[in-house]
Amino acid sequence: MAKTNNDLLNILEMLVETPGPSGSEHLIRSKIEEEIRDHVDEIYTDALGNLIARKGKKAENGKRVMVSAHVDEIGLMVTHVDENGFARFISIGGVSPFTCIGGRVLFMNGTQGVIGNERLEANEQPSLAKLFIDTGATSREDCKVGVGDVCGFERPFMNLGKRLVAKSMDDRAAVAVSIGALKAIRETSNEIYFVFSVQEEVGLRGAITAAYGVDPEVGIAVDVTRTGDTPKGVKMEVSLGKGPAIKVRDSSFIADPRVINWMVEEAKSQGLPYQMEVLEAGGTDGAAIQRTRAGVPAGCLSIPCRYIHSPSEMIDVDDLQNCVKLLTGMLEKPIEI
Amino acid sequence: MAKNYSPKLGKKELDLLTRLSNSLAVSGDEQEVREIVYEELQEFKDSMHTDAMGNVLVRREGNQPDCLKVMVAAHMDEVGMMLIKDEGDGLFEFVVIGGVDPRQLVGKPVIVGRKHVPGVIGAKAIHLTTKEEREQELKVKSLRIDVGLGGSKLVEIGDRATFATNLAVLGPSLRGKALDDRLGVFNLIQLLKNAPENIDLLAAFTVQEELGLRGAKTAAYYFNPDIGIAMDSTPANDMPHFDGEENPAHNTKLDGGPAIYLMDGATIGDRRLVKWLTETADAEKIPWQYRQPGRGGTDAGAIHKTRSGVPSVSVSVPQRYLHSAAGIVRIDDELNTLKLLHAALSRLDKSILNLQEIK
Amino acid sequence: MTFELLPFLKSMISVSGLSGYEAPIRDVLTPVWQELSDRTWVSSHGSLHAMRFGVGAEPRPKVMIAAHMDAIGLMVTGIEDGFLRITQVGGVDPRILPGQMVIVHGTKGSQPVDLPAMVVMPPAHLLPKDGQKGPLPQKYLLVDTGLRPAEVEKYVRTGDVISFATEPRELSGETISGHTLDNRASVAATTIALDLLSRRKHLWDVIAVATLQEEVGGIGAMGSSFDIMPDFAIVIDVTFAKGPGGGDTVLFDMGKTITLTWGSCDHPALYDAMQATAEEYEIPVARDFAPSGAGTDAYDVQVAQAGIPVVEIGIPLRYMHTPVEVVSIKDIKRAGRLMAEFITDLPLDFMNTVRWE
Repeated sequence: MAKTNNDLLNILEMLVETPGPSGSEHLIRSKIEEEIRDHVDEIYTDALGNLIARKGKKAENGKRVMVSAHVDEIGLMVTHVDENGFARFISIGGVSPFTCIGGRVLFMNGTQGVIGNERLEANEQPSLAKLFIDTGATSREDCKVGVGDVCGFERPFMNLGKRLVAKSMDDRAAVAVSIGALKAIRETSNEIYFVFSVQEEVGLRGAITAAYGVDPEVGIAVDVTRTGDTPKGVKMEVSLGKGPAIKVRDSSFIADPRVINWMVEEAKSQGLPYQMEVLEAGGTDGAAIQRTRAGVPAGCLSIPCRYIHSPSEMIDVDDLQNCVKLLTGMLEKPIEI
Repeated sequence: MAKNYSPKLGKKELDLLTRLSNSLAVSGDEQEVREIVYEELQEFKDSMHTDAMGNVLVRREGNQPDCLKVMVAAHMDEVGMMLIKDEGDGLFEFVVIGGVDPRQLVGKPVIVGRKHVPGVIGAKAIHLTTKEEREQELKVKSLRIDVGLGGSKLVEIGDRATFATNLAVLGPSLRGKALDDRLGVFNLIQLLKNAPENIDLLAAFTVQEELGLRGAKTAAYYFNPDIGIAMDSTPANDMPHFDGEENPAHNTKLDGGPAIYLMDGATIGDRRLVKWLTETADAEKIPWQYRQPGRGGTDAGAIHKTRSGVPSVSVSVPQRYLHSAAGIVRIDDELNTLKLLHAALSRLDKSILNLQEIK
Repeated sequence: MTFELLPFLKSMISVSGLSGYEAPIRDVLTPVWQELSDRTWVSSHGSLHAMRFGVGAEPRPKVMIAAHMDAIGLMVTGIEDGFLRITQVGGVDPRILPGQMVIVHGTKGSQPVDLPAMVVMPPAHLLPKDGQKGPLPQKYLLVDTGLRPAEVEKYVRTGDVISFATEPRELSGETISGHTLDNRASVAATTIALDLLSRRKHLWDVIAVATLQEEVGGIGAMGSSFDIMPDFAIVIDVTFAKGPGGGDTVLFDMGKTITLTWGSCDHPALYDAMQATAEEYEIPVARDFAPSGAGTDAYDVQVAQAGIPVVEIGIPLRYMHTPVEVVSIKDIKRAGRLMAEFITDLPLDFMNTVRWE
């Protein structure tokens, strides 16, 4: 048990510390491929860069299932380097200026930098246009980054015992859960496509095309979700440590009640804690899968997470473990939808 | 081997561009431009069809059975207006179609419907306005298109309208309306007529790009290409800052050459294709620039998400004053865009799709 | 007719069937459509399809009629002291909510249970500053089932849906009021069309689809279109009738006309053909505008695969997206008849006339 726990945490640490904003997923993709190659029947990369791994072959009472966890994280792209070497940028995915100021970034080409801001007036709210990245360059010529260069936020993984903190728990925690289930599944009559999708943060783009290619009969996204358990936070029923969250809906889709039921019944049969989740925001790969071709019943398994889209996202280690157990059980057994 | 193609803006070409720019083809009713495309591409009529949405789709096969299938899209539609209520006396209430800044509308001459019936969007005589009034923005709801008395016989509600600007050459520049994306349409026609033999060129003259890349969706589904390229026009916000500061958000610059997209609001360009374009431009000594990463979108946004995904990229002609009564482009930038596309397509083969380390 | 319109319509607007949870409306609709078609089936998501085979020689062209059956409503986001916190499913103006009678769809043991309830406003002194004056933001509204907290915890959980409980009522001038006339009035019109077609010969195959989840993004229309790929499609939805609160948008006379939509989702050749049919059979139609696309299933049907030509019919309706919507029965019958006449008259080579010119 302890060994499995360590394995999962080691994988998670490796994943969260690998840079890979939307559109620049090559590093994280090859790390995942290395990790799972020996545990799956087939593995390939599609036209947009989604990594797709098949486990199992569809038997008579089996279903073709797609499980999607996105590998991309939010980040920044340089739009302009001024004559003094300061780099202006645009966001990749949903980046708030509040989480940028004073932050540290790591570019895909290895360059590091910090984010500074222009002077703000008394009541002025910061906006991304008033921020810039300082890589320590003194001029445009000696700046090691240029227009189009991409960076992610840089923070080390922090293990607080029960709670784990890192940037990109969204969605690397889900990638870890997916990998955990992928490794744990022994026999199954289902044909499972583990999709490690790209470009989710900029509009679920990878999942849209991956779902078309896989053409599943049922789909589950694995992603993080907000909690309502911090001081004067948004009112929401999900709390850290109270178990995997079963998504009923978010702003991008309404989960199919049959998929919700499948998840609830599996959690009950294993005696796992679980929470029902209604999120009045956000979107996941589940919405992309649902709209594929002639329509696919889809849902989402959510990992409760505080401070989403900040460089210090926090999850609970038991929630993580229970998500692996829940997902494994769901995929191993026959699916009645 | 790149076929040597040096595009020029001679009399014939200018005439075509003029007809294209001056046509009234607002999103949802692109017929006028469709007809010009049919006429110009007579030689392709056996491999050309118009789909359910009105896209004109032309297939020009390469010289081998297994060529790379390259879809190139240019949109036929422009932003504009639609008449929705007849108030009598030649006055019509209207709504805007696509992203038109309402401040560009007032006091402009317009044309309405297939017959290009002349009209105006008037404004109150200044003598009759107050200072406070002049500081308020005019809402579209308060504006009217006036086609003159007896207008109800010439136009009807449901007709679309646009600015009455005719294309003109201003030294090294062109000034006209709808250069977004009639320049692209012009370029695509030329590409077809001079198509390189090493690829299957799948040309899509799309509709309703301005309403959310709608036509490109069905066009891309039909073609099912290996790679996708959108040819469009993009803002050049390269005027000087009022306070003399550096302008960090110019998007593109006039005279900077074709603008190659890294990332816009709808697409993260495939890095292999971006590299292919910039390397071709350098090799052929064609000036080029990056379109600053930013918002906005092109047909590539729809193409790359089709079926199981299509690596895509966009290239645009820089233009000042997009989506207004008239935009300005440099003739050199326009011809260099066409030249770059042709040269790049000529040196394409399937190896472009090999997965490589992108540094 | 072989079925009674008014009782059928009332039965449809007496059940819930929120976007994503459409089983109740599907259950009402299925036996009726089964009677009127050769084949019925349910899509992978749950949209109901009913197909009538035409008598033309094969391969026969097919037309799809799409009318969405889902309802807007509310959903439980949390439970506090027995009170339910809520969010919307579909677009609801929060100002119409206080005092509304609703039904909370919970579970008793393993069986569904319907709990009558109402939407309530807490007293101002219990709320933060922005809840003290003016319209109450939705986040402060609560639903009270009348049950004690322990019972509420037993029967209700986060994610349960809540529907409007307004009863259908006949108003004067052959009009009817109730919830979800958007879009069950159109489903009724589609049923009338199927009924008329069942007593005639038509050359084309006809597939009627009661789509789901239109109110949250055209999900049903996307899937069914991809699956069926008809030669063309008729989308029928409601539109804005003249009346209080209509503002100065283009509005229509309820009871006097139905509409055809002119816009980016609508093929002009189909528009002209449908209008010609309306004139021939003396069914009053007016032009409705959607220059950049309207918020209907047409938006998603049009771009399925390599594209489907669409024509849109509208039934004028007052007070859209409230539980007291009003439509004219005459307009429902007109819409049904227009579709039936149009389809009956379709020659096998009709698509040759659906061109861009």
